Formats: sequence, structure tokens, C-alpha cells
Amino acid sequence: MTGAIGLAHYLAVALILFALGVVGIFVNRRNVIIVMLSIQLMLLAVSINLAAFAAHFDDVVGQLFVVVILTVTAAEAAVGLAILVVYFRTRGTIEVAEINLMKG
Amino acid sequence: MLDAIVFYTLSTVLIAAGTMVIVSRNPVHSVLYLILALFQTAGLFLLLGAEFLAMLLVIVTVGAVALLILIVVIMLDVDHRALRRGVAATLPAAGLVGVVLVTEFAIVIAAVAGASAPVAAPDRIATTAQLGRVFYTGYAYLLEGLALVLLTALVGAIVLTVRDRDGVRRQDVSAQVGRRRDQVVELRAVASGRGEG
Repeated sequence: MTGAIGLAHYLAVALILFALGVVGIFVNRRNVIIVMLSIQLMLLAVSINLAAFAAHFDDVVGQLFVVVILTVTAAEAAVGLAILVVYFRTRGTIEVAEINLMKG
Repeated sequence: MLDAIVFYTLSTVLIAAGTMVIVSRNPVHSVLYLILALFQTAGLFLLLGAEFLAMLLVIVTVGAVALLILIVVIMLDVDHRALRRGVAATLPAAGLVGVVLVTEFAIVIAAVAGASAPVAAPDRIATTAQLGRVFYTGYAYLLEGLALVLLTALVGAIVLTVRDRDGVRRQDVSAQVGRRRDQVVELRAVASGRGEG
């Protein structure tokens, strides 16, 4: 540990956060709200990665793509929660295992 | 040195909050821990010299998205304890996936970025101005596309959740405009002193 915080430190934090998100999806796959929160965690980890690389290469375009991710996160949350509310209104539950109305 | 202390504090709390998001029994607590994680990430963005992203994260993601999730979680009357059944059964598989993921990418990080220079360079021009300059020139179409994404999400969310209920007295514009005078107005000769009806 040299004391200086390098790119690898940020990548490691983002990696752990991303893995937490993946594990969260696996563990809480019945509760769609926690699944959404886990997706948020994964997107956050990717944002940290992009911002770290933007600082590393001194290129602001990396930050621009963090803005893209944040926008898509907001859109995803809005539409996902709308679907959740409609599903709860029709079925009275949010259990993922019972979402099989559109059997494909 | 101060950078290192701040970085390790922020990332420790970030990872702890992320863990609490996925293990917390109460989804409301999960959302609150997600908000904590978002604040820590904003701190990391500040360390990286991305102050605009930090503000964006705090204002938009915490202020709007996380609160939206929180409100929906509170609104839905769901037995969350029943939804946690079967967690113990999936835990080994989930742990395996997590360990494999971390190992693989740790190898990649160690190989690629083993000896990297310190990232944050404080003596630059403000990244907010830089970001704006890039966003409104070379990436203007990206900006417009993002606006379209948000508009689509907005319309989609409203279309999904709007519902027609019976018994609501709603304005019917075409019926109003389509009314003609001879259908609704009647002239009567009212006798003086006696009134009508």
C-alpha cells in the first residue's frame, strides 16, 4: 500500500459493488423490488468504473457516459415501478415467480 | 494521504451499504441503504474530480429516483417476509457466482492496472465546464437522444399507470362543442305573476 489511490483501487471497489448487485439478484430473485435495487447497485458500480477511467485518461467523455447511465437508470426506475404498480393492481402480489401471464 | 483516508472511508461505507441493500429484511431499509451508497459514490466522484456527476447523483438519483422507489415500496402493501422464502436455498449458488465474478475480474484488474498512477488531478479546469463544452458540441445528438429516452419513459410510465374509473365526472369536450342551440335552449312565454312550473 503506497498510500496513493490509483485506478486499480476504484476498479476494485466497483468490482465488489457489481458483484454485490449480481449476488443480490440471485439471492432476492422473488422480490422484484430488491432486484431493482440490485440493478441500481450494478449501474452505480459501472458509473464508478467510467468516472475512474475518465480521470485516469483525463478524458471528459467518460463522465459523459456516466450521465447516459444515470439517465437510463432514471428511465428504467420509472418504467419498472410503473409496471410493478400495474402488476400489483391486477394480481395483488409482486411475486416474480407468478409473472407468467404472457406464456411464450 | 488525506485522499487515501477519504477514499477508504467512502469505499468501506459504500460496500457495507451495498451489502445491507441485499441482505436487509425490510425493503424500506434496503432503499435507505441504497441512498447511503449513492451518497458514498457521490463522494468518490468528487475525489475523481467529477463534481458535476456528484451533484447529479445527489440531486437526480437520490432526490428523484431513490425517493420514487421509496414511495412505491411504502405504497405497495406486500408481505415481504413471504417473499424471502427460499433465500437460503439460492445462497450457495449466489455465493458461487459472486466469488467467480470477483476472482475473474480481480485477475483482470491486477493484470491490466497493477501499477497505475494516482488518478485525481486537481489542477485542471473545472470538469463541469468541460463536460458542458463536450456535451453541447460533439455529443449534441447524444444529449437529444437522452432527452428522448426520458420523454419515452415519462410517457410510458403515465400510459401504464393511468386507468379509467367509472363514476368520474369528466369533461367531454366533443360533446360540449357538438351541442347545438336548438337542442338545449327553449323559448317559452311565461305568464306574468305566475311563473313557470
